[in-house]
Amino acid sequence: MINVRTGTNSRILSVGAYQPSRIVANSEIIEKIESTDEWIRQRTGIETRRFAAADESVLDMAEAACRQALDRAKISMDQIDTVILATITYPYQAPSAATALIARLGNPKAAAFDINAACAGFCYGVGMAKDFIRSGSSTHVLVVGVEKLSDFTDPYDRATAFIFADGAGAVVIGPSVDPGIGPTIWGSDADSREAIVMEPSWNVFRDGAPEGIWPNISQQGQTVFRWAVFSMSKAGLRALDAAGVSPDQLDAFIPHQANVRIIESMAREMKLPEKVIIARDIRTSGNTSAASVPIAMSALLAEHPQLHGGLALLIGYGAGLVYAGQVVQLPPKP
Amino acid sequence: MALSQAEVLVGIKEIVEEVAGIPAASIEMDKNFTDDLDVDSLSMVEVVVAAEERFGVKIPDDQVSELATVGDAVNFIVKVSA
Repeated sequence: MINVRTGTNSRILSVGAYQPSRIVANSEIIEKIESTDEWIRQRTGIETRRFAAADESVLDMAEAACRQALDRAKISMDQIDTVILATITYPYQAPSAATALIARLGNPKAAAFDINAACAGFCYGVGMAKDFIRSGSSTHVLVVGVEKLSDFTDPYDRATAFIFADGAGAVVIGPSVDPGIGPTIWGSDADSREAIVMEPSWNVFRDGAPEGIWPNISQQGQTVFRWAVFSMSKAGLRALDAAGVSPDQLDAFIPHQANVRIIESMAREMKLPEKVIIARDIRTSGNTSAASVPIAMSALLAEHPQLHGGLALLIGYGAGLVYAGQVVQLPPKP
Repeated sequence: MALSQAEVLVGIKEIVEEVAGIPAASIEMDKNFTDDLDVDSLSMVEVVVAAEERFGVKIPDDQVSELATVGDAVNFIVKVSA
Protein backbone atom coordinates (compact mmCIF):
# COMPACT_ATOMS: atom_id res chain seq x y z
CA MET A 1 0.00 0.00 0.00
CA ILE A 2 1.10 3.54 -0.67
CA ASN A 3 -0.14 6.36 1.50
CA VAL A 4 -2.13 9.07 -0.25
CA ARG A 5 -2.95 12.58 0.84
CA THR A 6 -6.25 14.34 0.56
CA GLY A 7 -6.47 18.09 0.44
CA THR A 8 -9.20 20.65 0.70
CA ASN A 9 -11.46 22.87 -1.29
CA SER A 10 -9.89 26.03 -2.60
CA ARG A 11 -10.67 29.51 -3.82
CA ILE A 12 -8.98 32.55 -5.28
CA LEU A 13 -7.74 34.61 -2.33
CA SER A 14 -6.53 37.61 -4.32
CA VAL A 15 -5.67 38.93 -7.77
CA GLY A 16 -2.86 41.27 -8.79
CA ALA A 17 -1.93 42.84 -12.08
CA TYR A 18 0.88 44.79 -13.64
CA GLN A 19 0.77 46.74 -16.88
CA PRO A 20 3.69 48.65 -18.36
CA SER A 21 3.44 52.42 -18.12
CA ARG A 22 3.71 53.10 -21.86
CA ILE A 23 0.26 53.53 -23.41
CA VAL A 24 0.29 52.92 -27.16
CA ALA A 25 -2.60 54.45 -29.15
CA ASN A 26 -3.86 53.13 -32.49
CA SER A 27 -2.40 56.27 -34.09
CA GLU A 28 1.09 54.97 -33.28
CA ILE A 29 0.36 51.46 -34.60
CA ILE A 30 -0.98 52.72 -37.95
CA GLU A 31 2.28 54.51 -38.71
CA LYS A 32 3.54 51.09 -39.90
CA ILE A 33 0.39 49.52 -41.37
CA GLU A 34 -2.18 50.78 -43.81
CA SER A 35 -5.13 51.15 -41.44
CA THR A 36 -7.09 53.64 -39.37
CA ASP A 37 -7.97 54.14 -35.74
CA GLU A 38 -11.65 53.61 -36.64
CA TRP A 39 -10.96 50.32 -38.48
CA ILE A 40 -9.00 48.90 -35.53
CA ARG A 41 -11.69 49.93 -33.04
CA GLN A 42 -14.45 48.46 -35.21
CA ARG A 43 -12.70 45.12 -35.79
CA THR A 44 -11.23 44.58 -32.33
CA GLY A 45 -12.55 47.16 -29.86
CA ILE A 46 -8.96 48.12 -29.01
CA GLU A 47 -8.36 51.83 -28.37
CA THR A 48 -5.02 51.65 -26.59
CA ARG A 49 -2.67 48.95 -25.33
CA ARG A 50 0.45 48.80 -23.15
CA PHE A 51 3.94 47.96 -24.41
CA ALA A 52 6.79 47.15 -22.05
CA ALA A 53 10.02 49.09 -22.24
CA ALA A 54 12.92 47.41 -24.06
CA ASP A 55 14.58 46.59 -20.73
CA GLU A 56 11.36 45.55 -18.98
CA SER A 57 11.21 41.75 -18.96
CA VAL A 58 8.59 39.06 -18.58
CA LEU A 59 10.06 38.44 -15.11
CA ASP A 60 9.85 42.11 -14.11
CA MET A 61 6.15 42.18 -15.00
CA ALA A 62 5.39 38.80 -13.38
CA GLU A 63 7.16 39.85 -10.18
CA ALA A 64 5.16 43.09 -9.90
CA ALA A 65 1.81 41.30 -10.44
CA CYS A 66 2.72 38.58 -7.91
CA ARG A 67 3.80 41.07 -5.24
CA GLN A 68 0.46 42.84 -5.58
CA ALA A 69 -1.48 39.54 -5.37
CA LEU A 70 0.52 38.39 -2.30
CA ASP A 71 0.03 41.75 -0.63
CA ARG A 72 -3.73 41.70 -1.27
CA ALA A 73 -4.05 38.13 0.05
CA LYS A 74 -1.89 39.00 3.09
CA ILE A 75 0.05 35.84 2.31
CA SER A 76 3.84 35.82 2.48
CA MET A 77 5.91 34.17 -0.22
CA ASP A 78 7.07 31.63 2.39
CA GLN A 79 3.51 30.27 2.50
CA ILE A 80 3.45 29.68 -1.26
CA ASP A 81 4.47 26.09 -1.97
CA THR A 82 3.71 26.01 -5.71
CA VAL A 83 4.09 28.49 -8.57
CA ILE A 84 2.54 27.92 -12.00
CA LEU A 85 3.60 30.44 -14.63
CA ALA A 86 1.83 30.60 -18.01
CA THR A 87 3.60 32.34 -20.87
CA ILE A 88 4.62 31.96 -24.51
CA THR A 89 7.02 34.91 -24.56
CA TYR A 90 9.75 34.10 -22.01
CA PRO A 91 12.81 34.07 -24.26
CA TYR A 92 14.59 31.12 -22.58
CA GLN A 93 13.77 27.44 -22.88
CA ALA A 94 15.49 26.63 -19.57
CA PRO A 95 15.61 27.19 -16.72
CA SER A 96 11.99 28.19 -16.47
CA ALA A 97 10.62 31.67 -15.81
CA ALA A 98 8.86 30.25 -12.74
CA THR A 99 12.14 29.31 -11.04
CA ALA A 100 13.64 32.73 -11.76
CA LEU A 101 10.47 34.26 -10.34
CA ILE A 102 10.52 32.34 -7.04
CA ALA A 103 14.16 33.31 -6.55
CA ARG A 104 13.23 36.97 -6.99
CA LEU A 105 10.20 36.65 -4.71
CA GLY A 106 12.33 35.13 -1.96
CA ASN A 107 11.15 31.52 -1.79
CA PRO A 108 13.56 29.56 -3.97
CA LYS A 109 12.33 26.26 -2.52
CA ALA A 110 8.74 26.24 -3.85
CA ALA A 111 7.69 23.88 -6.62
CA ALA A 112 7.72 26.00 -9.77
CA PHE A 113 7.22 25.43 -13.48
CA ASP A 114 6.04 27.09 -16.69
CA ILE A 115 3.13 25.96 -18.81
CA ASN A 116 2.41 26.68 -22.45
CA ALA A 117 -1.29 26.79 -23.18
CA ALA A 118 -1.07 30.13 -24.99
CA CYS A 119 -4.01 32.44 -24.24
CA ALA A 120 -5.65 29.63 -22.21
CA GLY A 121 -2.59 29.30 -19.95
CA PHE A 122 -3.98 31.17 -16.96
CA CYS A 123 -7.20 29.12 -16.87
CA TYR A 124 -5.16 25.91 -17.22
CA GLY A 125 -3.14 27.10 -14.22
CA VAL A 126 -6.24 27.86 -12.14
CA GLY A 127 -7.60 24.38 -12.85
CA MET A 128 -4.30 22.76 -11.92
CA ALA A 129 -3.94 24.81 -8.74
CA LYS A 130 -7.40 23.75 -7.61
CA ASP A 131 -6.57 20.09 -8.30
CA PHE A 132 -3.18 20.31 -6.52
CA ILE A 133 -4.87 21.69 -3.40
CA ARG A 134 -7.71 19.16 -3.66
CA SER A 135 -5.21 16.31 -3.82
CA GLY A 136 -3.06 17.58 -0.98
CA SER A 137 0.00 18.23 -3.17
CA SER A 138 -0.12 21.98 -2.52
CA THR A 139 -1.57 24.40 0.01
CA HIS A 140 -1.09 27.87 -1.47
CA VAL A 141 -0.49 28.24 -5.20
CA LEU A 142 0.54 31.34 -7.08
CA VAL A 143 -0.78 31.25 -10.67
CA VAL A 144 0.75 33.84 -13.00
CA GLY A 145 -0.02 34.74 -16.60
CA VAL A 146 2.55 37.01 -18.22
CA GLU A 147 3.41 38.06 -21.75
CA LYS A 148 5.67 40.44 -23.61
CA LEU A 149 4.00 39.93 -26.97
CA SER A 150 5.44 43.16 -28.37
CA ASP A 151 8.70 41.19 -28.71
CA PHE A 152 6.98 38.60 -30.93
CA THR A 153 4.64 40.74 -33.03
CA ASP A 154 5.50 42.03 -36.49
CA PRO A 155 4.64 45.75 -36.38
CA TYR A 156 4.14 45.62 -40.17
CA ASP A 157 1.63 42.71 -40.11
CA ARG A 158 -1.77 44.20 -40.95
CA ALA A 159 -3.55 41.25 -39.28
CA THR A 160 -1.87 41.28 -35.88
CA ALA A 161 0.12 44.50 -35.27
CA PHE A 162 -2.74 46.18 -33.39
CA ILE A 163 -3.90 43.15 -31.38
CA PHE A 164 -1.15 41.99 -29.05
CA ALA A 165 0.25 43.70 -25.97
CA ASP A 166 2.20 43.23 -22.75
CA GLY A 167 1.35 42.70 -19.08
CA ALA A 168 1.03 40.28 -16.19
CA GLY A 169 -1.67 39.07 -13.83
CA ALA A 170 -1.52 36.71 -10.87
CA VAL A 171 -3.80 35.06 -8.34
CA VAL A 172 -3.13 33.41 -5.00
CA ILE A 173 -5.21 30.25 -4.66
CA GLY A 174 -5.52 28.72 -1.20
CA PRO A 175 -7.62 26.48 1.02
CA SER A 176 -11.28 27.19 1.58
CA VAL A 177 -14.13 25.54 3.49
CA ASP A 178 -16.54 25.88 0.57
CA PRO A 179 -15.52 25.14 -3.01
CA GLY A 180 -14.66 28.42 -4.75
CA ILE A 181 -13.46 26.98 -8.06
CA GLY A 182 -15.69 24.83 -10.26
CA PRO A 183 -14.67 21.91 -12.47
CA THR A 184 -12.37 22.84 -15.35
CA ILE A 185 -13.78 22.28 -18.81
CA TRP A 186 -10.76 21.98 -21.04
CA GLY A 187 -9.52 20.44 -24.24
CA SER A 188 -8.02 21.08 -27.65
CA ASP A 189 -8.87 21.33 -31.32
CA ALA A 190 -5.44 20.35 -32.56
CA ASP A 191 -6.62 19.88 -36.16
CA SER A 192 -6.71 23.69 -36.24
CA ARG A 193 -3.22 24.19 -34.80
CA GLU A 194 -2.19 26.19 -37.88
CA ALA A 195 -4.75 28.88 -37.02
CA ILE A 196 -2.42 30.68 -34.58
CA VAL A 197 1.34 30.15 -34.83
CA MET A 198 4.66 31.62 -33.81
CA GLU A 199 7.04 30.80 -36.66
CA PRO A 200 9.69 29.95 -37.73
CA SER A 201 11.26 27.51 -35.27
CA TRP A 202 14.39 28.50 -33.31
CA ASN A 203 16.32 26.02 -35.50
CA VAL A 204 16.50 28.56 -38.33
CA PHE A 205 18.86 30.68 -36.23
CA ARG A 206 21.26 27.77 -35.79
CA ASP A 207 21.18 27.37 -39.56
CA GLY A 208 21.82 31.08 -40.19
CA ALA A 209 18.46 32.75 -40.76
CA PRO A 210 18.24 35.66 -43.19
CA GLU A 211 18.10 39.08 -41.54
CA GLY A 212 14.64 40.09 -40.36
CA ILE A 213 13.48 36.53 -39.70
CA TRP A 214 11.97 36.21 -36.24
CA PRO A 215 9.30 33.95 -34.66
CA ASN A 216 6.42 36.40 -34.74
CA ILE A 217 2.86 35.44 -33.97
CA SER A 218 0.38 35.21 -36.83
CA GLN A 219 -3.20 34.04 -37.05
CA GLN A 220 -6.06 33.19 -39.39
CA GLY A 221 -8.58 35.69 -38.10
CA GLN A 222 -11.80 34.21 -39.50
CA THR A 223 -10.96 30.66 -38.38
CA VAL A 224 -10.13 31.84 -34.87
CA PHE A 225 -13.23 34.03 -34.72
CA ARG A 226 -15.55 31.20 -35.75
CA TRP A 227 -13.99 28.75 -33.29
CA ALA A 228 -13.88 31.26 -30.46
CA VAL A 229 -17.45 32.44 -30.78
CA PHE A 230 -19.22 29.20 -31.52
CA SER A 231 -17.12 26.50 -29.85
CA MET A 232 -16.04 28.56 -26.85
CA SER A 233 -19.56 29.71 -26.00
CA LYS A 234 -20.50 26.02 -25.83
CA ALA A 235 -17.47 25.33 -23.59
CA GLY A 236 -18.51 28.23 -21.36
CA LEU A 237 -22.00 26.79 -20.98
CA ARG A 238 -20.49 23.40 -20.12
CA ALA A 239 -18.36 25.04 -17.41
CA LEU A 240 -21.49 26.65 -15.94
CA ASP A 241 -23.34 23.34 -16.09
CA ALA A 242 -20.45 21.43 -14.48
CA ALA A 243 -20.34 23.94 -11.63
CA GLY A 244 -24.11 23.75 -11.17
CA VAL A 245 -24.35 27.51 -11.70
CA SER A 246 -27.08 28.92 -13.93
CA PRO A 247 -26.45 32.01 -16.10
CA ASP A 248 -28.85 33.86 -13.76
CA GLN A 249 -26.60 33.15 -10.78
CA LEU A 250 -23.52 34.50 -12.53
CA ASP A 251 -22.22 37.96 -11.59
CA ALA A 252 -19.43 38.39 -14.12
CA PHE A 253 -18.07 36.97 -17.37
CA ILE A 254 -14.30 37.29 -17.73
CA PRO A 255 -13.22 35.66 -20.99
CA HIS A 256 -9.78 35.87 -22.56
CA GLN A 257 -9.52 39.36 -24.04
CA ALA A 258 -8.92 38.46 -27.69
CA ASN A 259 -11.31 40.79 -29.46
CA VAL A 260 -14.32 42.74 -28.22
CA ARG A 261 -16.40 41.34 -31.08
CA ILE A 262 -15.65 37.78 -29.90
CA ILE A 263 -16.56 38.75 -26.33
CA GLU A 264 -19.88 40.32 -27.40
CA SER A 265 -20.77 37.41 -29.70
CA MET A 266 -19.91 34.81 -27.04
CA ALA A 267 -22.11 36.57 -24.48
CA ARG A 268 -24.94 36.67 -27.05
CA GLU A 269 -24.51 33.00 -28.01
CA MET A 270 -24.50 31.99 -24.33
CA LYS A 271 -27.59 34.15 -23.74
CA LEU A 272 -26.06 35.70 -20.61
CA PRO A 273 -28.56 37.87 -18.75
CA GLU A 274 -28.11 41.66 -18.89
CA LYS A 275 -27.09 41.79 -15.23
CA VAL A 276 -23.91 39.77 -15.85
CA ILE A 277 -21.02 42.25 -15.92
CA ILE A 278 -18.76 41.51 -18.87
CA ALA A 279 -15.03 42.27 -18.88
CA ARG A 280 -14.07 44.35 -21.90
CA ASP A 281 -10.62 45.27 -20.69
CA ILE A 282 -9.23 44.66 -24.19
CA ARG A 283 -10.26 48.23 -25.08
CA THR A 284 -7.39 49.70 -23.10
CA SER A 285 -5.14 46.66 -22.62
CA GLY A 286 -5.09 44.87 -25.99
CA ASN A 287 -4.70 41.09 -26.12
CA THR A 288 -2.14 40.02 -23.52
CA SER A 289 -2.62 36.27 -24.07
CA ALA A 290 -2.00 34.33 -20.83
CA ALA A 291 -2.16 37.56 -18.81
CA SER A 292 -5.49 38.83 -20.12
CA VAL A 293 -7.92 37.05 -17.76
CA PRO A 294 -6.23 38.06 -14.46
CA ILE A 295 -5.55 41.61 -15.73
CA ALA A 296 -9.23 41.89 -16.73
CA MET A 297 -10.30 40.40 -13.38
CA SER A 298 -8.25 42.94 -11.44
CA ALA A 299 -9.59 45.84 -13.53
CA LEU A 300 -13.20 44.63 -13.25
CA LEU A 301 -12.98 44.39 -9.44
CA ALA A 302 -11.52 47.89 -9.26
CA GLU A 303 -14.35 49.22 -11.41
CA HIS A 304 -17.14 47.19 -9.74
CA PRO A 305 -16.14 46.55 -6.10
CA GLN A 306 -19.49 44.85 -5.47
CA LEU A 307 -18.19 41.90 -7.54
CA HIS A 308 -15.77 40.83 -4.78
CA GLY A 309 -16.93 37.39 -3.67
CA GLY A 310 -19.31 37.06 -6.61
CA LEU A 311 -19.39 34.26 -9.18
CA ALA A 312 -17.51 34.68 -12.46
CA LEU A 313 -17.14 32.50 -15.52
CA LEU A 314 -13.54 32.46 -16.78
CA ILE A 315 -12.59 31.07 -20.16
CA GLY A 316 -9.26 31.12 -21.96
CA TYR A 317 -8.63 29.94 -25.53
CA GLY A 318 -5.79 30.25 -27.97
CA ALA A 319 -2.98 28.74 -30.03
CA GLY A 320 -3.17 24.96 -30.22
CA LEU A 321 -6.03 25.43 -30.45
CA VAL A 322 -6.57 24.90 -26.72
CA TYR A 323 -9.12 26.07 -24.19
CA ALA A 324 -10.01 25.91 -20.50
CA GLY A 325 -12.79 27.48 -18.49
CA GLN A 326 -14.25 27.35 -15.01
CA VAL A 327 -16.65 29.13 -12.69
CA VAL A 328 -14.84 30.83 -9.81
CA GLN A 329 -15.80 32.82 -6.78
CA LEU A 330 -14.03 36.16 -7.18
CA PRO A 331 -11.57 37.07 -4.40
CA PRO A 332 -12.80 38.93 -1.30
CA LYS A 333 -12.10 42.62 -0.90
CA PRO A 334 -8.47 43.00 0.25
CA MET B 1 -33.43 17.74 -51.06
CA ALA B 2 -32.03 20.75 -52.84
CA LEU B 3 -33.12 24.11 -51.50
CA SER B 4 -34.56 26.67 -53.91
CA GLN B 5 -32.77 29.92 -54.64
CA ALA B 6 -35.81 31.89 -53.47
CA GLU B 7 -36.03 30.23 -50.06
CA VAL B 8 -32.29 30.57 -49.43
CA LEU B 9 -32.43 34.26 -50.37
CA VAL B 10 -35.23 34.86 -47.88
CA GLY B 11 -33.19 33.14 -45.16
CA ILE B 12 -29.99 35.05 -45.98
CA LYS B 13 -31.89 38.35 -45.91
CA GLU B 14 -33.14 37.58 -42.42
CA ILE B 15 -29.71 36.52 -41.21
CA VAL B 16 -27.94 39.59 -42.60
CA GLU B 17 -30.63 41.82 -41.10
CA GLU B 18 -30.09 40.23 -37.71
CA VAL B 19 -26.27 40.14 -37.80
CA ALA B 20 -25.54 43.46 -39.49
CA GLY B 21 -28.74 45.43 -38.93
CA ILE B 22 -29.30 45.94 -42.67
CA PRO B 23 -33.04 46.07 -43.56
CA ALA B 24 -33.94 42.86 -45.42
CA ALA B 25 -35.70 44.88 -48.14
CA SER B 26 -32.39 46.40 -49.27
CA ILE B 27 -30.62 43.03 -49.59
CA GLU B 28 -30.59 41.67 -53.17
CA MET B 29 -28.66 38.98 -55.05
CA ASP B 30 -26.22 41.46 -56.62
CA LYS B 31 -25.29 43.22 -53.36
CA ASN B 32 -21.66 42.93 -52.29
CA PHE B 33 -21.36 42.01 -48.62
CA THR B 34 -18.41 44.32 -47.93
CA ASP B 35 -19.01 47.25 -50.27
CA ASP B 36 -22.82 47.47 -50.28
CA LEU B 37 -23.92 45.95 -46.99
CA ASP B 38 -20.98 46.86 -44.74
CA VAL B 39 -20.65 43.22 -43.61
CA ASP B 40 -16.99 42.93 -42.60
CA SER B 41 -14.93 39.72 -42.43
CA LEU B 42 -15.94 38.91 -38.85
CA SER B 43 -19.64 39.63 -39.38
CA MET B 44 -19.37 37.43 -42.48
CA VAL B 45 -18.33 34.54 -40.22
CA GLU B 46 -21.47 35.12 -38.14
CA VAL B 47 -23.61 35.16 -41.30
CA VAL B 48 -21.99 31.93 -42.50
CA VAL B 49 -22.44 30.09 -39.20
CA ALA B 50 -26.08 31.21 -38.96
CA ALA B 51 -26.62 30.04 -42.56
CA GLU B 52 -24.99 26.68 -41.80
CA GLU B 53 -27.35 26.12 -38.89
CA ARG B 54 -30.42 27.30 -40.76
CA PHE B 55 -29.84 25.37 -43.97
CA GLY B 56 -27.99 22.35 -42.58
CA VAL B 57 -24.95 22.84 -44.85
CA LYS B 58 -21.18 23.23 -44.30
CA ILE B 59 -19.39 26.32 -45.58
CA PRO B 60 -15.63 25.83 -45.05
CA ASP B 61 -13.45 28.77 -43.95
CA ASP B 62 -11.53 28.80 -47.24
CA GLN B 63 -14.82 29.16 -49.10
CA VAL B 64 -16.03 32.14 -47.07
CA SER B 65 -13.67 34.60 -48.76
CA GLU B 66 -15.05 33.51 -52.16
CA LEU B 67 -18.56 34.62 -51.25
CA ALA B 68 -18.41 38.25 -52.36
CA THR B 69 -22.09 38.85 -53.06
CA VAL B 70 -25.40 37.72 -51.60
CA GLY B 71 -25.91 35.77 -54.85
CA ASP B 72 -22.58 33.94 -54.36
CA ALA B 73 -23.71 32.81 -50.92
CA VAL B 74 -27.21 31.84 -52.08
CA ASN B 75 -25.91 29.86 -55.04
CA PHE B 76 -23.24 28.11 -52.95
CA ILE B 77 -25.80 27.02 -50.38
CA VAL B 78 -28.23 25.83 -53.10
CA LYS B 79 -25.40 23.87 -54.75
CA VAL B 80 -24.18 22.10 -51.59
CA SER B 81 -27.74 21.33 -50.44
CA ALA B 82 -28.38 19.32 -53.59
